[in-house]
Amino acid sequence: MGTTLLQKVWDLHKVRTLPTGPTQLFIGLHLIHEVTTPQAFDALRQRGWKVARPDRTFATVDHIVPTRQRQRPFLDVLAEDMIASLERNCRDFGIPLYDIGDERQGIVHVIGPELGLTQPGMTIACGDSHTSTHGAFGAVAFGIGTSQVRDVLASQCMALEPLKVRRIRVTGQLPRGVYAKDVILTIIQRLGVGGGNGYAYEYAGDTIDGMSMDERMTICNMSIEGGARVGYVNPDDTTFTYMEGRPFAPQGEAFERAKAWWRSMASDRDAAYDDDVEIRAQDLTPVVTWGVNPGQSVGVKERVPVPKGGDQQISDALTYMGLAAGQPIAGMKIDVAFIGSCTNGRLSDLREAARIVSGHHVANGVKALVVPGSAAVQKAAEREGLDETFRQAGFEWRDAGCSMCLGMNPDKLEGNQVCAASSNRNFKGRQGSPTGRTLLMSPAMVAAAAIAGVVTDVRELVEEIPVGVR
Amino acid sequence: MGAEQIRIISGRALPVRGEDMDTDRIMPARFLKSITFEGLGKHVFEDDRLEARRAGQLHPFDDPKYQGATILLANRNFGAGSSREHAPQGLNRWGIRAVIAESFAEIFFGNSLMMGLACVTASANDIETLMSLVERDPKATFTIDLAAGACLGPGITVPIAIPDHVRDTLTTGAWDTTGLLLDDYEQVNAVSARLPYLNGFSSSPR
Repeated sequence: MGTTLLQKVWDLHKVRTLPTGPTQLFIGLHLIHEVTTPQAFDALRQRGWKVARPDRTFATVDHIVPTRQRQRPFLDVLAEDMIASLERNCRDFGIPLYDIGDERQGIVHVIGPELGLTQPGMTIACGDSHTSTHGAFGAVAFGIGTSQVRDVLASQCMALEPLKVRRIRVTGQLPRGVYAKDVILTIIQRLGVGGGNGYAYEYAGDTIDGMSMDERMTICNMSIEGGARVGYVNPDDTTFTYMEGRPFAPQGEAFERAKAWWRSMASDRDAAYDDDVEIRAQDLTPVVTWGVNPGQSVGVKERVPVPKGGDQQISDALTYMGLAAGQPIAGMKIDVAFIGSCTNGRLSDLREAARIVSGHHVANGVKALVVPGSAAVQKAAEREGLDETFRQAGFEWRDAGCSMCLGMNPDKLEGNQVCAASSNRNFKGRQGSPTGRTLLMSPAMVAAAAIAGVVTDVRELVEEIPVGVR
Repeated sequence: MGAEQIRIISGRALPVRGEDMDTDRIMPARFLKSITFEGLGKHVFEDDRLEARRAGQLHPFDDPKYQGATILLANRNFGAGSSREHAPQGLNRWGIRAVIAESFAEIFFGNSLMMGLACVTASANDIETLMSLVERDPKATFTIDLAAGACLGPGITVPIAIPDHVRDTLTTGAWDTTGLLLDDYEQVNAVSARLPYLNGFSSSPR
């Protein structure tokens, strides 16, 4: 009987079984940012502990950074305080920091892969639930809270319970206008927002095999929205091609040796799984969320549900969203369009959105913004002229950060605005206004909604969408 | 180490109804903009409380009859979404010492354990019974006995579940993990030394 990647990585990084029962697991890479670390560093100081492995810890700023007017000190004194605190902590503990103005700054889950820090076979931790993104490379990556950040800083280890593995095989060709985002939203809709509890999700099948690293990252990123703390794809040639030449990737002969080892870490063909799920790619359509969790979604051609038997959860969500039971989701008016986030803020996402808005203009009354996932994505996009395409279409072009995904910086919804968003969460109040409303969809669908001013089937707006975007 | 041993949690309870209650609702992101966890207690469910007030209702966390409660009753998949520890920190600082829910999101569950906030599960029926009881009689007091795996209330005993290691961690006071992880650092260094990616991929461990 073969072994899964999860089990191989787990066994390799296992330090011991703790007297209390959980496994002590060594963490190969710790990524940190300004929001979930200040209290952890305070705890270290109080107890006189050092950072165990500053050489395996990397910091950036993303959650609260403004996406324009980035002169210091920030206008927001609380944000300034948090950034200054991270700067002080990194200096005191000898941790590299990719700060505002550094060409390596960006959303932590975008820069890790870009820099080649994220590698197959690693254990990775970060105080952010979307750390599952790094699983796209065949790493086992955990989103953690601040006390666990303290643990990893102090010991480079975590106490963890073993996970089961559910293999989700996606097979066949995605129809035109259907993207990785639609695949993961469909998976969450089918398995539920709590369905992955206790599981790692292994994404497999020829559809996933044929995807680019950007697309795989989109899928793994939202594992947590399905309740799975960890999601991964087995490393293959696509992974290795992406890795080659990245600043922190092994070079030369070491890269060849690395490839052989990375390949050996993939799940064996005869590995046993705790559960298996099949998704047929050719049946999928563009997906839009209508409710207040990422599992509440429908195809763009469908109607929002009618609460049966007085289903309180559905009727509450419809009321919050201002939707009538059974109304079509297409045609719902939007106020804001947001393209960005660790889910869909990478270069290929911006290219695809730009292709759709090119030659069109944002509808009257719609505020539209593009926030690149990192300074490097921004620079590459500008080199291709994507910023100009967006500006001409009436979008604002911003600097890199988490921005309106969670509204911790000045980019927030106002009142009960409706936002078509390429991000990952449509929770009540998620985008910075307690009554704001979020519709999750692919970047291409956000682009289409921005132009039409209403939720629109991107396949009708643009006739010439190639099959599958690579 | 030397953290408090948590065996019994007693007190009044408050019900927060709703499935998939996410940590953005428990603690909206704007309250994460601070370098300490201080003051988070008063912001628990802030936007839901606002929404309730606008609708002329009282959220349980605002309702005078539930003030001073130490046990939170919740439904399925409580604490979904963001890894923000500010959510359990806020609940704990408000005065909550235990949560009884049908199920928990994994990161929330782990974060809660790290601060000695006991998360235990019960069946959907039992939670409905407890919620109804508390809504009728908010003065009712309950005792969660972690070792016995039961929640005892007035005229009622409900079985609760908690993974063995979590129960042991709480009852022995070993929920403060850092010291434990630093205990045997030779073993940690040995793992680091065998990882190909920290050693130039020069040796194959498999």
